[in-house]
Amino acid sequence: MSNYDQMWKELGLDLPNHEGLLKFLGEAYQGIYLTQKNRPAGMGYFDFVISEVHGLRIKEIVDARKAGKKGIGTFCVYVPEELVLAANGIYIGLCAGAEVGTPQAEQYLPRNTCALIKAFFGFKLANLCPYGEVTDLIVGETTCDGKKKAYEAFNDITGKMHIMDLPNTKSAEGRKLWRAEVARLKDKLEELTGVKITPEKLAEATKIVNDKRRALQRLAALRAADPTPISGLDALLINQIAFYDDPIRFTDMLNKLCDELDGRVKEKVGVVPAGAPRVLVSGSPMAIPNWKLHHLLETSGAAVVGEESCVGARNYRALTPEKFAGLDDALDKIAERYLTIDCACFTPNDERIENIVKMRDELKVDGIVHYALQFCTLYTSESFKVAKELKEFPFLRVETDYTMEDAGQLKTRIEAFLEMVRNRRK
Amino acid sequence: MPHIGLDIGSRNIKLAVMEAGKIATLKKEESGFDPLERCRNLLASCPVGPITATGYGRHLVEKTFSCGTVSEISAFARGALFFDPSVRTVIDVGGQDSKAIRVDGAGRVMAFEMNDKCAAGTGKFLEIMARALEMTIDEFGDRGHRNESRVRISSLCTVFAESEVISLIGRGADRRSIAYALHEMAAERASSLVSRVGVAPTVMLAGGCARNPLFTALLAEKLARPLVVGEFPEFAGAIGAALVE
Ligand code: SF4
Ligand code: SF4
Repeated sequence: MSNYDQMWKELGLDLPNHEGLLKFLGEAYQGIYLTQKNRPAGMGYFDFVISEVHGLRIKEIVDARKAGKKGIGTFCVYVPEELVLAANGIYIGLCAGAEVGTPQAEQYLPRNTCALIKAFFGFKLANLCPYGEVTDLIVGETTCDGKKKAYEAFNDITGKMHIMDLPNTKSAEGRKLWRAEVARLKDKLEELTGVKITPEKLAEATKIVNDKRRALQRLAALRAADPTPISGLDALLINQIAFYDDPIRFTDMLNKLCDELDGRVKEKVGVVPAGAPRVLVSGSPMAIPNWKLHHLLETSGAAVVGEESCVGARNYRALTPEKFAGLDDALDKIAERYLTIDCACFTPNDERIENIVKMRDELKVDGIVHYALQFCTLYTSESFKVAKELKEFPFLRVETDYTMEDAGQLKTRIEAFLEMVRNRRK
Repeated sequence: MPHIGLDIGSRNIKLAVMEAGKIATLKKEESGFDPLERCRNLLASCPVGPITATGYGRHLVEKTFSCGTVSEISAFARGALFFDPSVRTVIDVGGQDSKAIRVDGAGRVMAFEMNDKCAAGTGKFLEIMARALEMTIDEFGDRGHRNESRVRISSLCTVFAESEVISLIGRGADRRSIAYALHEMAAERASSLVSRVGVAPTVMLAGGCARNPLFTALLAEKLARPLVVGEFPEFAGAIGAALVE
């Protein structure tokens, strides 16, 4: 992979440590992904994307920027991708799912900050993330307290932040505020790219983003089959890649994979024996390469059949209308679409419970594992409400981070949970 | 045919041989640094039969003995019902972890909770505190202790609690009061774990700490009901493992 050394050097990466990181990532991928049995052939593309995660995709973005495109980094599914694409920008998810640069990050952030925030800081401060370096603008949002404060410090370091003021409630005033914030982002993007965002461009961009969402929905629906035709790990990976791959190519490759999965479902070919406990994972997002929980679940005999998460259903559940009567109408519709997302940062957030119950029933789930990153007040708090609403339905609450320190204990709890699920089905 | 249950804990390995639904043999050994070897020794004098392993070391022996495994949670649930079929909530306070389980009449786990990574409030915690007080385990867990000097321990962390104990002794606090306060804290911790799964009318205390009279009394007080303590509380996991299908 050393043919990218020059590019990485130009991006200011710490080459020796970066090489170590890639080696670690490669080994983790080998151990967790490539040892899975009976994977669909269509996963080959996604394996390739991962093997080139800091290589080819970065090169594409570097080249596109040389040709005048701008890279727009984001950390949250509330940032409208339609606007970014309409401004001819490249949408780049920056969330990080590995423990990197924690000591450096802790010079800016309290220790009890969630792993996701620490990781994006750590990657930047340790000079290990090429994605941050190929952005021209980073769009943050006022979701959780941890992120809000982290963005202030991140702006001091990068000088690239634009913050969208996301309301706390979905009230009429809240909606008005959000609509204005969507318009402000549009202006910001126009100013940065020099591209005028028109209703036509927005319609075109919306089509691209919707097609990606439709493909992800298709994948999600296929997982309702028993036996499930694809592992939860593979599906999670696809959902992670959705945040930084070229959207048109991604959609195309995902649809090809889904064609293959259609065939598997017809022939009842699965990746796990039929009857394996079907688990829905619900909660905080799992940024790449955070595969810990899925790995522990699936090596303990579960089939993960859905992610009620931002790296999952919250990202693709709602489509944006594709016909606009003018710019204002387009911005109205886009703003509305994003406010259907049921993140725990909103109060109240009853839609989320409804969505969990719906996914549970549609995916024929046997048990729900609630996943919260340690120190994430929002999702940890909601876990109690979710547990209460689900009554006696098998439920396991997991609070963890990116380290493997608690893997043994988690494994015991997961095994006990799966035994409980199996026994209850009897 | 005899069924063998092996509970490989972080401190001790327990073995139970069950025959025709009855206990045939119970044995216990320290886990030591080579638990696999210890298991071999324990099994050497046992009748031949299917083995099921549980406890944190269960996967360690899985291949060697080509045996089945079951989590501690399911094993304790099953084992508790062996001692008393009316039990619906089980608390196990073991060497380094504790768990609370709600179980139905068929031995099926309905809900469970485990303490987090640290040893606060577990057997290990009490053991270290007894040592800090220079008491034997029996002296330490004496039901007759009262908190006459109204001692308060503020930290649940083993390391901090130990230094608190030492400074309390230095200030001349009476050791029986300190022992009482420490047990109260451990019982508080266990009771909050249990209340997360639901406290049924019949609650069983399993694990080594069930042999500690003061702890048992204080926990019963907090839960406002008598606790069932089986005859061999630390063997509930091994017995349960031998009994699961
Ligand atoms: S969990 Fe909430 S704040 Fe985090 S990415 Fe999702 S929507 Fe944004
Ligand atoms: S996981 Fe929770 S604490 Fe962390 S960034 Fe997301 S919402 Fe904030």
